[in-house]
Amino acid sequence: MNNRARSWVSGVVRRQYFWGIVGILVLLMLNTIKKPDYLAITMNPATGNLAGNLIDILRAAAPILMIAIGMALVIATGGIDLSVGSLMVVAGAVSMEFLKAAGDASSVGAMLGALGLALALSGILGAVNGVLVSVVGLQPFVTTLVMMLAGRGVAKVITSGQNTSASNDPFRWIANGYLFGLPAVFLIAIAIVVLVSLVVRRSALGLMIEAIGINPQASRMAGVKPRGLIISVYTIGGVLAGIAGVFAVSSAMTVDVSRTGYQIELDAILAVVIGGTALIGGKFSLGGATVGAMLIATLDKTVVFLGVSSSATPAFKAAVIIVICLLQSKRVRTFISRRRARGTPPPRPVEPLPVRKEEVPA
Amino acid sequence: MDRPPIVEMKGISIEFPGVKALDDVDFRLFPGEVHSLLGENGAGKSTLIKALTGVYQLDSGTILVEGEERRFRSTAEAQAAGIATVYQEINLCPNLTVGENVMLGHEVRKRFGIDWRATHRLATEALAKLGLGGLDPRRPLSSISLALQQLVAISRAMVINAKVLILDEPTSSLDAAEVAALFRIIRQLRDEGVAILFVSHFLDQVFAISDRLTVLRNGRFEGEYLRGDIDRATLISKMIGKDLDALKALGSSQPTAARDRSATPLLTAVGIGRKGALQPTDIDVHPGEVVGFAGLLGSGRTELARLLYGADRPDSGQVLVNGEPTHLHTPADGLEHGIAYATENRRDDGIIGDLTVRENLILAVQAGRGWARPLPRREQDEIVREYLTMLNVRPADPDRPIKELSGGNQQKVLLGRWLATNPRLLILDEPTRGIDVGAKAEIQEEVAQLAGDGMSVIFISSEIEEVVRLSERIVVLKDHHKVGELVNGPEVTAQQIVELIAEHDDSAEHAPLSEEAA
Repeated sequence: MNNRARSWVSGVVRRQYFWGIVGILVLLMLNTIKKPDYLAITMNPATGNLAGNLIDILRAAAPILMIAIGMALVIATGGIDLSVGSLMVVAGAVSMEFLKAAGDASSVGAMLGALGLALALSGILGAVNGVLVSVVGLQPFVTTLVMMLAGRGVAKVITSGQNTSASNDPFRWIANGYLFGLPAVFLIAIAIVVLVSLVVRRSALGLMIEAIGINPQASRMAGVKPRGLIISVYTIGGVLAGIAGVFAVSSAMTVDVSRTGYQIELDAILAVVIGGTALIGGKFSLGGATVGAMLIATLDKTVVFLGVSSSATPAFKAAVIIVICLLQSKRVRTFISRRRARGTPPPRPVEPLPVRKEEVPA
Repeated sequence: MDRPPIVEMKGISIEFPGVKALDDVDFRLFPGEVHSLLGENGAGKSTLIKALTGVYQLDSGTILVEGEERRFRSTAEAQAAGIATVYQEINLCPNLTVGENVMLGHEVRKRFGIDWRATHRLATEALAKLGLGGLDPRRPLSSISLALQQLVAISRAMVINAKVLILDEPTSSLDAAEVAALFRIIRQLRDEGVAILFVSHFLDQVFAISDRLTVLRNGRFEGEYLRGDIDRATLISKMIGKDLDALKALGSSQPTAARDRSATPLLTAVGIGRKGALQPTDIDVHPGEVVGFAGLLGSGRTELARLLYGADRPDSGQVLVNGEPTHLHTPADGLEHGIAYATENRRDDGIIGDLTVRENLILAVQAGRGWARPLPRREQDEIVREYLTMLNVRPADPDRPIKELSGGNQQKVLLGRWLATNPRLLILDEPTRGIDVGAKAEIQEEVAQLAGDGMSVIFISSEIEEVVRLSERIVVLKDHHKVGELVNGPEVTAQQIVELIAEHDDSAEHAPLSEEAA
């Protein structure tokens, strides 16, 4: 290996989300060991659509991908959004009710109306989060916790507590349709990720989000107005949660008011952390959040595929995630590289981690 | 005083990466005496206290407590040896009651848990000793005033039988009557034989309460004096490190102000003030003028600057920019009116550590444009090239995180950030503090140059001769109000300003001055 290639490889390895990619590959390998043709992809000769386990993973990844991107931005400002799952179910509920009332199962107009209504409502609720955090000055954790409870309540009010179903083919296509042989929902999700990344990085939004996340006081002194920024970020998070809600309910054309989006905020926070964004805010990586979301989706599918009993699922998931977090941790990595630098000696008693001298403030 | 000292520190040195915080410092503390530690910001006062109380470890030197060599590894060990500290930010638990705070860790125990009745009785006794008999120990701490909280903190120190009581800026948030009450208690404790180490930047208070004074400067021991042996002007000159003759000699090359002051000033503040920070103050700044703010730390010089920029909201008075009344409520308002403020506290109010030099440089310009109109890369490059060269930033790598630069270079990048906004008025708060002599001269030259180009500058510095050398007009501040304003000229000397600051304040604010046992 020549030097340039080596430095490129070590650059990739040093990326926070490198271990997320490794995690995805290892999970896929496990599945392949269980069933050698796990990775096989077949093409439906009539439609040209691809099918297979990988394709299923892509389709399943779409909602969590949306939530993770929004969460990464919110966390970068030094906040957190626990209400995303509830905003999903609000969006799902309002779109199902609208389509049910519209009745016409082939109307594109009804589909657009449902979509617009869902995104507008989830965006407004996200903006409410933002106002409470930045104008009223409530803690993000408390604000969005309240919204998490209130949102699911609002969804139940919208559907009168029922799991509303509706039929509308254009809306159903969002989750079940294909474009260029791939699931449309995944392509839409990736397009939105690219769009958000462009908006954030091409405008000065990303810079300012990072600035207030790293040092809010200094940012204010530099003339950054945190209020509008924070409201925008929570609003974007709300709209993305609304899109995730539409993705989630359009596959079966039913909103399950108690299950849709349930606990997805925890998955999203994990995806963001695996992607290398620190929970204290500051520098963020949307690419990393994407990798994290793909890992969560792969993990969910693997758990089902390996037949892990449903009671053991949370424990299995937790075990995988803790291993990845350990591999990312600076201490563990220094420890490993130090051992590797010593050559791989015959097994020795494990040495305790070196105690680092407390850093003295300058 | 022939008693042996209770604390004796000899040859104390402490080094932080790149800085010698304390260099061979001696300090002694006698029982039954109030000993003040004096020095400008960064002189090493807090470091010395932290060395004594076990927060920092010594690089060299010895600490004798009651004649025995001790080396505390934690504040708990220092407390066990009878050394208690009451910090400026009071280190009590606001959510506990007064009594719980006084007795924390010393509760009376019975067979099953804590005997609250006995605990509260002891707390009441401890409080009564300080004349706080009427204070109900069951009240939550957060419900009583800051001044009372301070006294509760002292009661707590007395419960652990402290022989040495360290008071770090205990009066900074108290009013005159509260200061008087605190001083009564300090004297009472002193007469009971407690050794008291007192730190305050209010010189009048220091003179009122102290028996002995030690001056530190730039981490070095400057001298120890009995209160009666030194006058204020000498003390200030020891603190800032220029002898009186040198102070008098300065001021030959300063700018003479041949300015027409009848024209509309760029900025006028009328009666601007904020409770607890600055008493109502008037000030004018004309286009192209350099106005210096002289005064010690905590005199109100930074508070005034923050009000003029919009960093804090004034609760009285009015600011006019070019004769137009304006509301400056946020820093963004200040920037919009062409005012830029380079803060004194580089780390908390200045740099965004994880962002690059480039991002830090353009931040204020970008904030003015709003996030939707990003500064084109070409213009960014222009700003980066211009200011990295002009200010001679090392290393000149715009894509390095700013936290990796040295303090002086961070300061230059921040100066560049403000200059890039093309301000009409630039407020520089201690721009030369903590940076080496070369960078200091560069920044001073830069200020003179900017004013020559028509920019107004407010220059704030603890180094009075620096203010005299650069300013056309000097506003002198002390104890949160303006005490004088001088138009600079050959007859104005740093000495004159020191005298203005040192001058007695007879505004009844420091009543304890009158009664003194000595």
